[in-house]
Amino acid sequence: MAQSHDIAHDDHHDQPDAGIKRWLFATNHKDIGTMYLVFSLIMFFVGGAMAMIIRAELFQPGLQLVDPAFFNQMTTNHALVMIFGAVMPAFVGLANWMVPLQVGAPDMALPRMNNFSFWLLPFAFTILLGTLFVPGGAAAGGWTMYPPLALQGGNSFPMLIFAIHLMGISSIMGAINVIVTIMNMRAPGMTLLQMPIFCWTWLITAYLLIAVMPVLAGAVTMLLMDHFFKTSFFNAAGGGDPLMFEHIFWFFGHPEVYIMILPAFGIVSEILPTFSRKPLFGATSMIYATASIGFLSFIVWGHHMFADGMPMAAQMFFMMSTMLIAVPTGVKVFNWTATMWRGSLSFEPPMLFAIGFLFMFTIGGFSGVMLALVPADFQYQNSYFVVAHFHYVLVPGAVFAIMGAVYYWMPKWTGNMYSMGLAKTHFWLSTIFVNVLFFPQHFLGLAGMPRRIPDYAVQFSDWNMVSSIGGFGFGLSQILFAIVVIQCARGGKKATAAVWDGARPVGLEWTIPSPAPYHSFTTPPTVLAGELHRA
Amino acid sequence: MNSIRFQKMLRLGRPMAALPATAALASLSVAERAAANTSNGYNLPYGVTDLAHEIYDLHMLVFWICVGIAIVVFGAMIYSLLKFRHSQGAVPDTSMVHSTKVEIVWTVIPVLILVVMAVPAAETILKIEDMRDSGLTIRVTGYQWKWQYQYMDAAEGVNFFSTLAQDSNFARELHSGIDPRSVPNYLLAVDKPLVVPSGTKVRLLLTSQDVIHAWWIPDFGAKRDAIPGFINELWFNVTPGKEGTYRGQCAALCGRDHGFMPVVVEVKTPDDFKKWVDAQKAEMKQAAAPADAAAPAAAANAAPAESAPLQAAALRTASQF
Repeated sequence: MAQSHDIAHDDHHDQPDAGIKRWLFATNHKDIGTMYLVFSLIMFFVGGAMAMIIRAELFQPGLQLVDPAFFNQMTTNHALVMIFGAVMPAFVGLANWMVPLQVGAPDMALPRMNNFSFWLLPFAFTILLGTLFVPGGAAAGGWTMYPPLALQGGNSFPMLIFAIHLMGISSIMGAINVIVTIMNMRAPGMTLLQMPIFCWTWLITAYLLIAVMPVLAGAVTMLLMDHFFKTSFFNAAGGGDPLMFEHIFWFFGHPEVYIMILPAFGIVSEILPTFSRKPLFGATSMIYATASIGFLSFIVWGHHMFADGMPMAAQMFFMMSTMLIAVPTGVKVFNWTATMWRGSLSFEPPMLFAIGFLFMFTIGGFSGVMLALVPADFQYQNSYFVVAHFHYVLVPGAVFAIMGAVYYWMPKWTGNMYSMGLAKTHFWLSTIFVNVLFFPQHFLGLAGMPRRIPDYAVQFSDWNMVSSIGGFGFGLSQILFAIVVIQCARGGKKATAAVWDGARPVGLEWTIPSPAPYHSFTTPPTVLAGELHRA
Repeated sequence: MNSIRFQKMLRLGRPMAALPATAALASLSVAERAAANTSNGYNLPYGVTDLAHEIYDLHMLVFWICVGIAIVVFGAMIYSLLKFRHSQGAVPDTSMVHSTKVEIVWTVIPVLILVVMAVPAAETILKIEDMRDSGLTIRVTGYQWKWQYQYMDAAEGVNFFSTLAQDSNFARELHSGIDPRSVPNYLLAVDKPLVVPSGTKVRLLLTSQDVIHAWWIPDFGAKRDAIPGFINELWFNVTPGKEGTYRGQCAALCGRDHGFMPVVVEVKTPDDFKKWVDAQKAEMKQAAAPADAAAPAAAANAAPAESAPLQAAALRTASQF
């Protein structure tokens, strides 16, 4: 507190502006982080509502609720909203809040760009969701936008492309901000290898973002040209190549997958040591493993395209490179397990979500190794087995990590403890239902049900009904999450500076009061060797 | 190899071969529950081709390896969760920070396990990609939302479209009021299936006239995309004695009715297949005769006109990307 009192004399921006101006003209990393997180939560419910429509239609065979064209709009936009609207902004929001606090910086390096990168998102998603109301409906060609199908889109098509450009610009600016902050604004004495692991995973993620978001922008721009300017990048009749789009898209798409999981690795690596009361095992090898995964992500894109027809040498290469990813990922899982080993574990909500992540992400990893095997992939590809796989890594993987992070750091943000009972109930309901939702989808896929279909043969009825029940349960459980967050923002038992006193978390963010003062670390703290948990 | 027998022992109870189509149609109750393939409802179908069997065995090998790893890793996690509880006074061993030896071990062991998986997988890829010595070639063209089958080689001239069966098509309308369970092979039946001989290496040349489709029969272990401007190859050889009807679906999102373009293949003995081809040819000759008796060859060209650029572009194969 003394610190924030000192700076109040010479800084007239020590208190936030009143009303809407605080948010519109926000340059404070905490305000912007909060906006990102709130935006992400809203998008999580929007994308979730679309998932509910999908699961309701698939509750039983036959078409009961929606037209197949609308169903395709739902699957397409569910993916776009969840990826670009929920998961990615949530991670950027967490980076905004936590990177300056963890490296001891007063703010993000580029605050005005930070403001711009957030405020692009509401516009991008207004445009994207607006496509639901234009003639012809929203984009329905899948989030992968493969031509020629994507080119059949109506008025929604240019809106989709424009929205993706805005999201891409926003992501790139967010990534630049993270890199510049981490590279230039670490507290004196904090070497890169000493830096908290969440910052490390975000640093690597930021480089991935800068590398691949322009590739996506290029791909969708070529689509736009094909549609409106009579080019033939992807048009076979004009000498173009529809497969080229898939190569370009997945060159973006596979690193994108890791963009959505590496910060989650960082979060879990922060939470597990705290509640195991023990340093992260093999912290340096964790960093190298993250960097290896980041590198490998650029040379595995072909595994999305085995069924497209590929030279045998390419099939072999992409199979081997994909399987190789299991090695650094395995190192991470083993290190996390070793962190808990001979620790002293307590089970607060963040720890529950981290443990849930550990088990269920690993299940997603197993199906990932299976999918890497080309011959087997011919059976799995584009079946519900794939749907089960990537939802296991994204929902009990990325989303659980985000929720764990919110439960871990929210008392630091708001200064209030939340209801542990409600949060634990939220965890158990989510865990039970997420498995009821996605585990049967493995069976459906293996038994031969393709993905992205609104209706199915009757032998798939039973597991689809189970999966839908899980879906409704999981969706409803998330209302609890919103309740816990709102309650915590409004008040509650006051949190201490260390928040998890019993567990004594280590890191600069726990040295400042709760709630974190509007301006923190205006005088850089000095980090002594051995002070941080990974000395 | 011993491991093959071991895999067979471990194989989860797979059903017998697919029911012959006639039996399935004979009684509605059977039709209701008749599986579309040899899957038991929760695992890959064992299939009716050697390739499908190999894929199934590979799948089960990897599955059991994953189960083994899961038992070890989850076992260690669960042991930690039970044994090292703060509430039971566990004292953390804060000196346990890293161990180069252990970390090398758990880097090397996964590499070895991956090699064990990769070797049989690579062997199977070699077989899948060996397109030589086919006995029958059929050109398969995807359309929104049907398949066209154009026979080559001995059956040259046989050419037809295959679309969703009428009863399924009525039942699948929004608010149709028809119970899908009352429709035999709902969404997995067509008006005219692809007919192929058993015991013959059948090669498909896949392409598309509009968007990307994918041809998939789980029982053949065969899936490949049909892409405009490309010709993709795919082969299968149904084990003699496994004649019957095999069903699958388009496996690449291809627009509004993606869920409604099944792939159905009727496998006949080579003799029956020959009879079928002769009957088809006679039928086509008859159909063509009243219109233009002088040009029976027209029947062979009854396919809709194809755009010239497409044909030119189709000379490339996807393998030469």
